Amino acid sequence: MEPKIPSELFATCPLPLAGSTTIQLGHGSGGQMMNDLIRGLFLSAFDNPYLSKLDDYAVLEINGVRLAFSTDSFVVDPVFFPGGNIGELAVNGTVNDVCMSGAKPLFLSAGFILEEGFSLAELQTIVHSMRLAAKKAGVAIVTGDTKVVNKGKGDKLYINTSGLGVIEHPFSISGRNLQPGDAILLSGTIGDHGIAVLSKREGLAFESQIVSDTVALNGLVANILQADGACVHAMRDPTRGGVAATLNEWATASNVGIRIYEDRIPIKPSVAGACELLGLDPLYIANEGKLVMAVAKEKAEEVVAAMRTYKDGDAAVIIGEVVGDRAGMVSMQTRIGGWRIVDMPVGEQLPRIC
Amino acid sequence: MKYLHEYRNPALVKHLLAEIRATVTRPWVIMEICGGQTHAIIKNGIDQLLPEQIELVHGPGCPVCVTPLELVDKAIEIASRREVIFTSFGDMLRVPGSHKDLFMVKSEGGDVRVVYSPLDALKIARENLDKKVVFFAIGFETTAPNNAMAVWQARQEGLKNFSVLVSHVLVPAAIEALLSSANNRVQGYLAAGHVCTVMGWQEYEPIAAKYHVPIVVTGFEPVDILAGVLAVVRQLETGQARVENQYSRVVRHEGNRAAQELINRVFTVTDRKWRGIGEISASGLCLRPEFRQFDAEAIFGLAEVQVEEPAECISGLVLQGLKRPHECAAFGRRCTPQSPLGAPMVSAEGACAAYYAYHRKTE
Repeated sequence: MEPKIPSELFATCPLPLAGSTTIQLGHGSGGQMMNDLIRGLFLSAFDNPYLSKLDDYAVLEINGVRLAFSTDSFVVDPVFFPGGNIGELAVNGTVNDVCMSGAKPLFLSAGFILEEGFSLAELQTIVHSMRLAAKKAGVAIVTGDTKVVNKGKGDKLYINTSGLGVIEHPFSISGRNLQPGDAILLSGTIGDHGIAVLSKREGLAFESQIVSDTVALNGLVANILQADGACVHAMRDPTRGGVAATLNEWATASNVGIRIYEDRIPIKPSVAGACELLGLDPLYIANEGKLVMAVAKEKAEEVVAAMRTYKDGDAAVIIGEVVGDRAGMVSMQTRIGGWRIVDMPVGEQLPRIC
Repeated sequence: MKYLHEYRNPALVKHLLAEIRATVTRPWVIMEICGGQTHAIIKNGIDQLLPEQIELVHGPGCPVCVTPLELVDKAIEIASRREVIFTSFGDMLRVPGSHKDLFMVKSEGGDVRVVYSPLDALKIARENLDKKVVFFAIGFETTAPNNAMAVWQARQEGLKNFSVLVSHVLVPAAIEALLSSANNRVQGYLAAGHVCTVMGWQEYEPIAAKYHVPIVVTGFEPVDILAGVLAVVRQLETGQARVENQYSRVVRHEGNRAAQELINRVFTVTDRKWRGIGEISASGLCLRPEFRQFDAEAIFGLAEVQVEEPAECISGLVLQGLKRPHECAAFGRRCTPQSPLGAPMVSAEGACAAYYAYHRKTE
C-alpha cells in the first residue's frame, strides 16, 4: 500500500544546476566529469580514428611500422612525496602509458613550466631522478622545452612528457577488446601512490609510512607479451580514478560486464587503514606502478605465475572476470557475500563528515 | 586491521543471518537512522542478504542531506566574499544551493578549502589574520564536540577572524518527529553508535517507552549492523520495546560527559529546519549568546531568506523512510551524483547516492 504523504512533512529539493560555466577540479579527476569534458569538447573538436579509441595512447602506422604515442602532464602537489618525486613520476607515467599498447617505449620529450622563485637545488634533484628513471626504463629524453611563469601563476613546477614507442608484436591490445570469459588480473596492491601523496599533502602521519608505487612497467609488460601476447586483450595502469575508473571504461568500451571479488583485491594494511580513516574507497585511488589486464581465461593462471616472477608483479592475482550480461557495469562481490556496483567516479572523492 | 576485521568476519555474518532467519516470523520495518549505516548496508550488500520479511528503511541521519537549502545559500554567499576563507568538510562542497554549489564558488575564485577537522580551520585562521575564516559547522551530536572545541579555543586564544556557520541537528528530536507522524511505518530503530558514543542512550529510553519501539544502539560494520537487526527483531517478535546497546565496545550509558559538557557550554538547543522534513522544534543546536562573536550569520549580517524548493525530488519522503531512492522517477536519470536534484544524492552517506553507487535498480 502506498503511504500517504503528510502535507506538513512534505518537502522537496531544488532543481538541478544547469552545469558549471567554469572548469572545476573534478574535470581533471579521471572520473565522469573529465570523461564528459573529453567527449563533449576535445573529441568532437579533434575527431579522428586514432583519438576516438580513447586509449591512453594512439597507435600510428607509418610505412608499415606501428608506433605508440602518448602524452601526460604532471602537476602533483607536493612535488616531493614518500617514495618519489614529480620527475620520476613524469618519466614512469608516460613510459607506462606508451607500453600499455604493448609497445617498447624509446623516446620521451620533457616540457617544464617553472614558477619564478622555485628552488634550483630542488629542480636539480628532480631532473636527476628523471635521468635515473629514464635510464632504468631504457628510454632517452630527446627533446624538451622550458618556460617560466610569474610567481603565483604556477605551483612550483609542472612537467609534461610525451613518449614514443615501437610496437613489435602483431597483437591488438585495447580497452575495446574485452571478451566475456576473460580474467581480470591485477599486478599488486592498490592505492599506494594516491594515499602517499595525500598523506604528505595533508600532513597526516600513519604508524608505517605509505610510499608511492611509482615504477616503469615496460619490463614487466615486455616479458608477459614475449611469453604469450595473444592472450592479452587489454592493459592499463590504473592512475587517476583508480582500478574502478579503468574497469568502468573497459566495460563501456567493450560493451561487457565485469565482476570482481573484494576479498581478492590486494591492499596494504596501512593504505586500507588510511582509507578507512579518511572515508575514501581504495578502488578509486590512483596507482603509478600497477597493471590491470584482461586476459583469455585459459591462460590467466599462467600469466599470473609469470608476473609473480618479477618484482613489479610479485603480488599479481586474478581479481575477477568479464561477463556477457550487465553490459557497461562493474559489480563486486563484497567480503560478506553481498553484491554492489562499482560505479565510475564522478569527480573528486570527497572526504566524509563522520 | 584490529577492531575492523573482526566485525567483517564472513563466518560471523553467516551465523547472524541464520539467527535472524530463525527468529523472524513476520514482516518488520526497521530504520537505520544514520547515513553511515546506510552506506555500510548498501556497500556490503547487507540488505540483499537479509530475509525478505525484514525491510530496512533509511533514516534522516545524513548531515549533508538535512542541512536546509537556505543555509547552503548562505554558505555560498559568505564563501564568495573576497575577504573570506571558507572551510568545510568535503562532502558539503557539491550540495546544490539555489543557483550554485561551493565547488563553483571555488572555481570562480572563492577561497574554499576542505578540512578534516574544525581545528584545521582554526589553524588556517591563525595563519591568515588578514582574512575572515569561516567553518561550516554542520552535523549531528557526533561533530558537535569538535565544533564546540574549535569555538571554545578561538575564544581562549582571542582569535577575532574565526567564525562558524552553524546548522547542528539532534537525533532524538528527529526520531520523535518521525514516530509521531500519522504515516509512520517504522517499528524498530537502529540508533547511531557514534552519536551515542557522545550522548549515551539515556535520552532514547523515554522514546522507546512512549512509542513502544525497540531502539538498539548499533555500530557500523557488517557484524554490528546484523547484530543490531537481530536485537531489534528479537524484541519485536517478543513484544518488547526497550533500548539495547549492541555497540558496547564503544558506547556507555551516560556517554562522554566531557564532550557533553563542552557542547553545553558553547551551544544551546534551538528549533531547526531539516531539509526534506521541515521545522522540528528543539531539534538543533545554535551558539550561546556569549559566543555570538563567532556566529558567521551575525557577523556577515545575512538576512533570513525563505527559499522555495521546487517539487522535483522526493527526498523528503526518502529521508522519512516513506519511499526508497529507486522509487523516485528522477533516480539515476535526471538525478545522479554528478547532477544531483537533492542532497541525498550528494554525500556518500546519502541514501540516494548509496543506492546509485552500489546497486542501481532502475536499469
